Amino acid sequence: MSGWLRFAPIFLLVLIVAAMLWRLANPPDTTVHSQMIGKPIPQFALAAAVPGISGFSSAQLADGKPKLIHFFASWCVPCTGEAPVLDHLKKQGITIEGIAIRDRPEELAQFLARNGNPFDRIGSDPESKTQLAFGSSGVPETFVVDGHGRIRLQHIGAIEANEIPAITAVVEQAR
Amino acid sequence: MIRSSFPRKRESRFSRRAWILVFARMTKRVAVIAALLFAVPTFADSDMPPAYWADRQLPNSQQEAQAQGLMQEIRCLVCQGESIADSDAELAGDMRDLVRRRIAAGEKPASIRGWLIQRYGNWISFRPPTQPVGWPLWLAPFVLLLAGGFLAASRLRRRRSQ
Repeated sequence: MSGWLRFAPIFLLVLIVAAMLWRLANPPDTTVHSQMIGKPIPQFALAAAVPGISGFSSAQLADGKPKLIHFFASWCVPCTGEAPVLDHLKKQGITIEGIAIRDRPEELAQFLARNGNPFDRIGSDPESKTQLAFGSSGVPETFVVDGHGRIRLQHIGAIEANEIPAITAVVEQAR
Repeated sequence: MIRSSFPRKRESRFSRRAWILVFARMTKRVAVIAALLFAVPTFADSDMPPAYWADRQLPNSQQEAQAQGLMQEIRCLVCQGESIADSDAELAGDMRDLVRRRIAAGEKPASIRGWLIQRYGNWISFRPPTQPVGWPLWLAPFVLLLAGGFLAASRLRRRRSQ
């Protein structure tokens, strides 16, 4: 066997170990990005999630004004912390439509009483059907939808205070 | 406090106090480990019951077989290494419900897979379509077989010539 070929297995081993170490140091991105960006919103019609606040359908969203579609739930801990940010966005004149995932009216009412209600309408999605139709995979997630009912942006996880400008910029573009 | 379990100060080997101390710390350790063993991981799940068709078979066995076939090839969005057929995640249950409902309504598995791919990309399916990017993977067995044959042939030739 020629000289350098003898070291090939060791070289291969070093390469494999290096690849493993690299993967350990840089874990893969496990967030699921929706492929629906730029596409029209899926068809849906959601019943009211709490008495007193109406539900909504996809047809009602294409009214010429951009909106935020916010997937949340009363049992979702990060959603509680997001309340002040949503309130801030609402005060900037942005319409926020809520979609409550697998929620009960009484628990949702308590959640809104505790954290305030930044939503114009809240639809109930008890089997995550609409969430799946949006290509969303968890709560909280926020989609920016333009006035023609086209999805412009997906924000995965709670919106942090420093991420507000990025969201409002996309909403402004969508006007 | 599992850290620094033994007394730093050197005490007599037979000091009763030291033994009691060690024993006390050991029990504490065991208690902590036991607590960790029996701790329930907190999943960010609702306390709603699973969707109707999440854990229920379709009455039509042919349709159920179709649904099973598809569910075993759709990736769970939460436990990403598992299929929705295997995953205990709530969202996986909702996806099984979606698959069974659509199959019961007469939709073909390929169409449901397509619907999911449109939303989540090819990643959602464990049976990816053959694309140029996957060609090396398909060719690899033949290349390796050829290389192995070549290696074996050259070795045999050398041995015969010795």
